[in-house]
Amino acid sequence: MTITKTIVNVGIADTKTVRHPNTIRTLGLGSCIGTVLYDEKRGIAGLSHILLPNSSQARAANSNPMKYADTAIPQLLKMLQEQGARNIKAKMAGGAQMFQAGKGTSFMRIGDKNIEAVQEALRKLNIRIVSSDVGGNLGRTIEFDPGSSKLSIRKRNHDIYTI
Amino acid sequence: MDAFQLTAFQKDILKEIGNIGAGNAATSLSMLLGQKIDMMVPNVEIADFNEVIELVGGPEQPIVGLMFQIEGEITGVMAIVVEIEEAEYLVQKLTHNDQFRLSEQTDGAELDIAMSALSEIGNILTGSYLTALSDFTGMNLQPSVPHLGIDMAGAIMTVGLLEISQVTDYAIIIDTEIRQEEENHENIKGNFLFIPDPESFQKLFAKLGWN
Repeated sequence: MTITKTIVNVGIADTKTVRHPNTIRTLGLGSCIGTVLYDEKRGIAGLSHILLPNSSQARAANSNPMKYADTAIPQLLKMLQEQGARNIKAKMAGGAQMFQAGKGTSFMRIGDKNIEAVQEALRKLNIRIVSSDVGGNLGRTIEFDPGSSKLSIRKRNHDIYTI
Repeated sequence: MDAFQLTAFQKDILKEIGNIGAGNAATSLSMLLGQKIDMMVPNVEIADFNEVIELVGGPEQPIVGLMFQIEGEITGVMAIVVEIEEAEYLVQKLTHNDQFRLSEQTDGAELDIAMSALSEIGNILTGSYLTALSDFTGMNLQPSVPHLGIDMAGAIMTVGLLEISQVTDYAIIIDTEIRQEEENHENIKGNFLFIPDPESFQKLFAKLGWN
C-alpha cells in the first residue's frame, strides 16, 4: 500500500492546518511571516502567512483577520485546538527587509514590526517559540513536516536547512 | 469605490493610461538601447494578492523588481518586473559589456554595477511613464527613489502591496508588457505594473470627467 503525501499550500493572508504524513508550506515569504503552530505528539500543525503586524491599522471594515499577526495567530491556535491539538509549540520564519530602507516610507521596514507582532501574539497565548529564522534581506520558502516537527527553509544562494 | 465594480468604460480608461504611460516608457527605452521596442495591449486586472504574484510568474519565480512609490495627486506603486536574464541583457547593453553576467549568485562589485544600471533604467522608464500620465491627466505625479530587489517574486511583490493591503484585499493593476525581439529571440520582456491606491481611482475618473 502506498501512502499518499499531500503538500498543503498556504497563500498570502491565509491560514491552514495539516496532519501527518502531509506537510504544509508557503512560498516566497519576504517581509511576511510564516508561523507554524504544532502538536508534536499528535502530528497536527497549522501555518499562518501574515502580511501586517496589527489589525488596528486596518482602514477598512470586514478585513481578513488572517492578514494580521495579532488576529491570525489566535485564530490558528483555535483551529488547532478544535482538531484536538494540545501542548502547542511554535516555529517562525520570515520578516526580511527586502529593500534598503533609505528614504522609503515606514512600510519598507515592516519586517521587524511583523517579527515583534508575531512574538508578542505568541507570548500573550503562552506559546513557546522553539526556533525561528527571521530578519535578513532574503526571501524564504518554508515547509513544515508535522511528523518530524522540522521546518525546512530555502533562500536564494543557500542550501535548504531545517530549524 | 468598490474595487469589484469597474465598468467596461472605466476599464478602458485604465487601459488607455497603460497605453500612454508604457508607450512613452517604451520610446525612452528604445532611444536608450537604440533598438525597436514593442508594447503589448495593456491588461487591467482586479486581483487578490496571490493573483498579483501569479501575474509575474508565481511566488518562487526569481525576478528583478524595481519598485517606486508614487506621490502627488495620485498615489500608488509602480513595479517594473523583468526576469534575471533580461535584466542581465539590459545591464550588458547599458555598460557596453557583453561579458557581464547576472544571476541569483551575483554579489559584490558586480551586483553593485547591475543595481546601479538597473536603477537608472528604472528611473528613466518610470519618469517617462509618469510624465505621459501627468500630461494626459493634468495631475501631478512623482516617483520615489527606486527600490530594487533580486529575489523570489512573492518576497518582492508583497512589499509593493503593503500600502493598499491596509485598505483592501484586492488590487487594481494596470499591467503593460514591453518586448524587444531579435531574429525570433526574445531579449527583453518586462512588465510595468501600475497599482494605484484605491482612493486614487475616484480622483482619476473625476479628473478625466468620466466619473
